[in-house]
Amino acid sequence: MLEALQYEFVQNALMAGILISIAAGIIGSLVIVNRITFLAGGIAHSSYGGIGIAVYFGIPVLLGATLFSVFVAVLIAALTLNDKKRIDSIIGIMWATGMAIGIVLVDLTPGYNVDLMSYLFGSIIAVPQSDIWYMLGLDVVIVSLVLFFYREFLAISYDSEFAKLRGINIKFFYTLLLIMAALTVVAAIKVVGLILVIALLTIPTYIAEIFSNTLSKMMILSCLFAMMFTLGGLSVSYLYDISSGASIILVAVLFLLLVKLFKR
Amino acid sequence: MYNSKKIDKRKQLNNIIEVKNISFSYKKTKVLEDINLNIEENDFLAIIGPNGGGKSTLLKLILGLLKSKIGKINSQLQSNSIGYVPQNTNLNTHFPITSLEVVLMGHIGGKKPLFGYSKEEISCAQNSLRQVGMVAFQDTKIGDLSGGQRQRVFIARSLCSNPKIILLDEPTASIDVKGQTEVYELLKQLNKKISIVVVSHDISVLLNYAKNVAHVNKNLVYHTLTNMQKNIKNQDEHLCEVELLSALSNKHSCGCDHEH
Repeated sequence: MLEALQYEFVQNALMAGILISIAAGIIGSLVIVNRITFLAGGIAHSSYGGIGIAVYFGIPVLLGATLFSVFVAVLIAALTLNDKKRIDSIIGIMWATGMAIGIVLVDLTPGYNVDLMSYLFGSIIAVPQSDIWYMLGLDVVIVSLVLFFYREFLAISYDSEFAKLRGINIKFFYTLLLIMAALTVVAAIKVVGLILVIALLTIPTYIAEIFSNTLSKMMILSCLFAMMFTLGGLSVSYLYDISSGASIILVAVLFLLLVKLFKR
Repeated sequence: MYNSKKIDKRKQLNNIIEVKNISFSYKKTKVLEDINLNIEENDFLAIIGPNGGGKSTLLKLILGLLKSKIGKINSQLQSNSIGYVPQNTNLNTHFPITSLEVVLMGHIGGKKPLFGYSKEEISCAQNSLRQVGMVAFQDTKIGDLSGGQRQRVFIARSLCSNPKIILLDEPTASIDVKGQTEVYELLKQLNKKISIVVVSHDISVLLNYAKNVAHVNKNLVYHTLTNMQKNIKNQDEHLCEVELLSALSNKHSCGCDHEH
């Protein structure tokens, strides 16, 4: 198995797995404690609309998906900040509309045949160098934002009313959180796919929460678990020649079950 | 326009918060109507009344979390000197946060380090925890504490900004009797230097500690409690909570010295 490491695509896959795990661990923790997993899922799926737009107009897919999903994130933040009760309907609408736009625009693009499955589950062994740079940049942005504004994010996540009383701009930080979630999703979209990014945002963080008494500890543990699952899943996928994305998810779920069985 | 004039003359100097003719509506439902209320220095005010009667709304208006177009609230305090212990602190118990971190949230602006918390902030937060007797639990996850302990941590958080007054919304909801007494004994201690305002249902405990009572059910009826208690004891030794509540909400029937 070690001989696989000499291939460039394997090195790229490992690099991508580690980099996306860092973003997913940090953002996933914030998503879980804010209970907005469904929201992250909505942004992830609606970003397919951005892919469709990019393909139709011939601009780079990464750029199209980034702009579109940031737009969706800001829109959802604006629509839900004042009326949290409607949040699930709004997410559902965005989710469906984004995907529909994507599919229609891909249909309308002459001579272009995108495989939807490759966006749903991704293909981590076909990660181009440019995506790795994108992820590295994203990790740097996310890590520094969370380091500098840790207490603000902690305050709005734990008790947003009190944060408001203490003069924290909760609308700004909530929107910023959604934008970071959108960027994380986009970074992962071609690499590991829409479905996997939701798994990476939720499964490692869910396990990490069991072992953490602080949010920062949860973030670090989540990153480590996410890396473990990605690398473990990649190995399984290489050994048995099966889909990498699905392998990663199943490794993670198996580990979750073990933790739940023995940690009582 | 009842109840404000007398108080104004008598206690004007000591009022730290004056609510004047406030009305408030959510969409079309009027929740509060022409509310007048003075909160005095070193007051221990109980705000009681039925669910949906507007107690929490009144608290949020005083805090500035809600704004009303009708009436006004005069306060000699900066918003920093108003401590707040919100309702439902028992809900988000899975959240990975330690007692110390909860208290650290209470700090305001000022000079803060590039990241993390400064030594001064941490020692100040530990000091607040010491005041409520919870310093030994500073690294415990908030969800692992008992209801009463958790509430004391939230009181410590409100102490962090050295408030002149603390407002508590249902501080003893879903806490066992022992925990309730702990919380009220702590508030009694704090009341030596700080005004306390408690919104609550469980008036039987609260009335042992409160100095004044405001019954809020869209309108507000104010009672000075020392007279009230005497009055009740003379009337009936086995007064039950229901009767007490109805006596407190009634503007005219009880013979105590409340100002209409």
